Amino acid sequence: MTLANWLPDELAGPACCPPPGEGTAGVPAPPLPITGHLAGIDPEAYVRAEAGLLHLSLVVEGITCAACAPEIERALLRMPGVVTARVNLSTRRLALAWRPGSVLPSSLLERVGRLGYRLVPYDPAVLDAAAAAEGASLLRALGVAAFAAANVMLLSVAVWAGVAADMGPATRSLMLWTSALITMPAVAYAGMPFFRGAWQALRHGPVAMDLAIAIGLLATTAVSLMQTIRGGEVAYFDAAASLLFLLLAGRVLDRQARTRARSVAEHLLAMAARAATVILATGRHRMLPAVNLEPGMRILITPGERIAADGVVRAGNSDLDMSLVTGETVPVAARPGVQVFAGTANLSGALEVEVTAAGENTLLAEIVRLMEAAGQGRARFVLLADRIARLYVPVVHGLALATFIGWTAVQGIAWETALLHAVAVLIITCPCALGIAVPAVQVVACGRLLRGGVLVKAPDALERLAGIDTIVFDKTGTLTVGEPVLAADPVRDPVDLALAARLAGASRHPLARALVRAAPDAGLADGVYEVPGSGLAATIDGHEVRLGNRAWAGVPAGAAESDGSELWLRRAGKPPQRFGFTDQIRPNASATVSRLLALGLGVELLSGDREAEVARVAGATGITRFRSGCTPADKVARLAELASQGQRALMVGDGLNDAPALAAAHVSMSPSAAVDISQNAADFVFQGASLAPVVEALVVARRADRLVRQNFALSLGYNLVAVPVAMLGLATPLLAALAMAASSLSVILNAQRLRGRQP
Amino acid sequence: MSILALLIPLALGLALLALCGFLWAVRTGQYDDLEGAANRILFDENDDLDDRAGLPSPPTSPNQ
Repeated sequence: MTLANWLPDELAGPACCPPPGEGTAGVPAPPLPITGHLAGIDPEAYVRAEAGLLHLSLVVEGITCAACAPEIERALLRMPGVVTARVNLSTRRLALAWRPGSVLPSSLLERVGRLGYRLVPYDPAVLDAAAAAEGASLLRALGVAAFAAANVMLLSVAVWAGVAADMGPATRSLMLWTSALITMPAVAYAGMPFFRGAWQALRHGPVAMDLAIAIGLLATTAVSLMQTIRGGEVAYFDAAASLLFLLLAGRVLDRQARTRARSVAEHLLAMAARAATVILATGRHRMLPAVNLEPGMRILITPGERIAADGVVRAGNSDLDMSLVTGETVPVAARPGVQVFAGTANLSGALEVEVTAAGENTLLAEIVRLMEAAGQGRARFVLLADRIARLYVPVVHGLALATFIGWTAVQGIAWETALLHAVAVLIITCPCALGIAVPAVQVVACGRLLRGGVLVKAPDALERLAGIDTIVFDKTGTLTVGEPVLAADPVRDPVDLALAARLAGASRHPLARALVRAAPDAGLADGVYEVPGSGLAATIDGHEVRLGNRAWAGVPAGAAESDGSELWLRRAGKPPQRFGFTDQIRPNASATVSRLLALGLGVELLSGDREAEVARVAGATGITRFRSGCTPADKVARLAELASQGQRALMVGDGLNDAPALAAAHVSMSPSAAVDISQNAADFVFQGASLAPVVEALVVARRADRLVRQNFALSLGYNLVAVPVAMLGLATPLLAALAMAASSLSVILNAQRLRGRQP
Repeated sequence: MSILALLIPLALGLALLALCGFLWAVRTGQYDDLEGAANRILFDENDDLDDRAGLPSPPTSPNQ
């Protein structure tokens, strides 16, 4: 396997940045298709003044490779007055600082927009602060635990050697006291994440792994301290310190594996800051935040902008990109009287819309509510580690108690010695290997999937994915590319295609762009003008040529109705020529489906599209079970039906209409081209044009699940040997340390088997 | 064994120094972007002047 095969498809395609070293000067910037979010958000509201400079925090969309970050930074640093421009590649955030009065924030956004990246301002206090503080405190805890573990181990080795080589009691006492003074504050500080988790488990709910860890840590430290005070020989400070370090290392790695995936989708909060242009009764325009809109107001929507509320068109003609609501990418014509929905993008002409519902009452908000309600059912899923902890904690603590009672009541020895034996049971069954069993595998699995272009977002996503038996696909944008392609037509004259393409070159309409792609060498006709909602026209060789919908091209009313999207060309002396378009199926979609079927999974297709089109895609990909005309609620209902039949479904979808279904499914995936809200709802996000990552993720998840179970078996198996030894009072600190190191190491090494192996 | 009175504090002091260094690195944000740091080395940051003048990059070593 070469490096190139690992790269997500975007990195190889023209969508990526210019090669490094070529710089940005003189390179024509790719056109930005829709600048809706840019146009809608006013960056001024997010500008903060600090230390004589103006600061702005932004989320960068469209970064596909490492070269993007320096490109953006260079472009911004060349703007007058810009002092700092720093892109964080892990979180896709940009920190900007400039001198007051030198440059407008909107021009900074526009400059980066011309490079092909979308910038969304956000409030760092809302978005970053909590997560960053949590990450930093975990790292600090890890540092302290490492310090303690290294030093205590140094002293402990001396004590172990001293047992054999006759160390004096005074020296041993010094060693143990030093260990105690290092371990106690370290446990108190670095153990906080576990103590907090244990406290939560005690107060709210079922037993979790954190409780077992916390009890183990505290008991080990307390008994070791007791032994040290009484001048005893047996102290387990090294066990406590290295347990702490290994568990924290697992946590930190686990967290870092998902930081990037989370931050990509996290900026949904920032999207709420959309503005709308209100037309006042006096005819004047005024910008208002979308939340302040009220029914009855008239708003102006310029081309490229997203509509901020539900409403009815009162004036203007245009084409609307309704993909956010319906999932279909082919634009819908808008003329006075047509109902429009919040979140849809206006493509070609200015529209005047009367608001009928705003804010919480829009269809968009309704879908978001549906999604949140659907997602709550998932909270019932219990992690394997916690399921095991529910068995493990009572059993181990019961054994420790039995040891104590057995030694005092049956053998009649002093209670202090009996307590030491009981704690030895707790220590030797230390949940260390159990606690690392899952993170060790997760880190390797997430890293491997990341190289394959799959981001893992939810902490329990892999575990849930491993258990699925059904896959439900959306159609447009998931099984298909979501971009129209000119359908083949044997009777079409190539001259007509070239003529149509010469007109189409002037438009950004998706169908027109598809025509240009079909005839890239046609060039562009002079004097083409666009009538929004109708089509294009130009005068060529003295005759008017028109390209557009049926009415625009003057197609007689009796002409055969046909399925799918179409454009008509009218030119002098010939009947109108039809150009049909189809939505292209993703490369290797059918191969993916057949592999999934071969893995023994049920495959289903749920779409909001027409029956004929859904049947065509289902037939081409080899899916036999499909439903057409589904609303978002229908999709959720179907997934609930599957769940009630005991099936665990993976939902793969991209549109806003899929978001509730993504949240309702047992586990979910979105392509990286999906709308933000769907990426937010999905557990996995995959990159590239191919559907192959779906299979790859599934195979890796299943292997990871097997390895996790093996890891649990390993650590339980070692407990089976060690616990009787400890119950008989034969455990020593050296034995405990060796057992802990051996079990943790074997679990970590076992997890490495997931690396590099081909599924 | 009186050497221990020197060696133990010495070992602890060195480790404490390393711990302080680590905590400083966390506080100054050096762990915020682990991916970016690894990739930045691959891209030249000082090509602004060359781009403006439209000149090829000057040789970086007198031997070239």
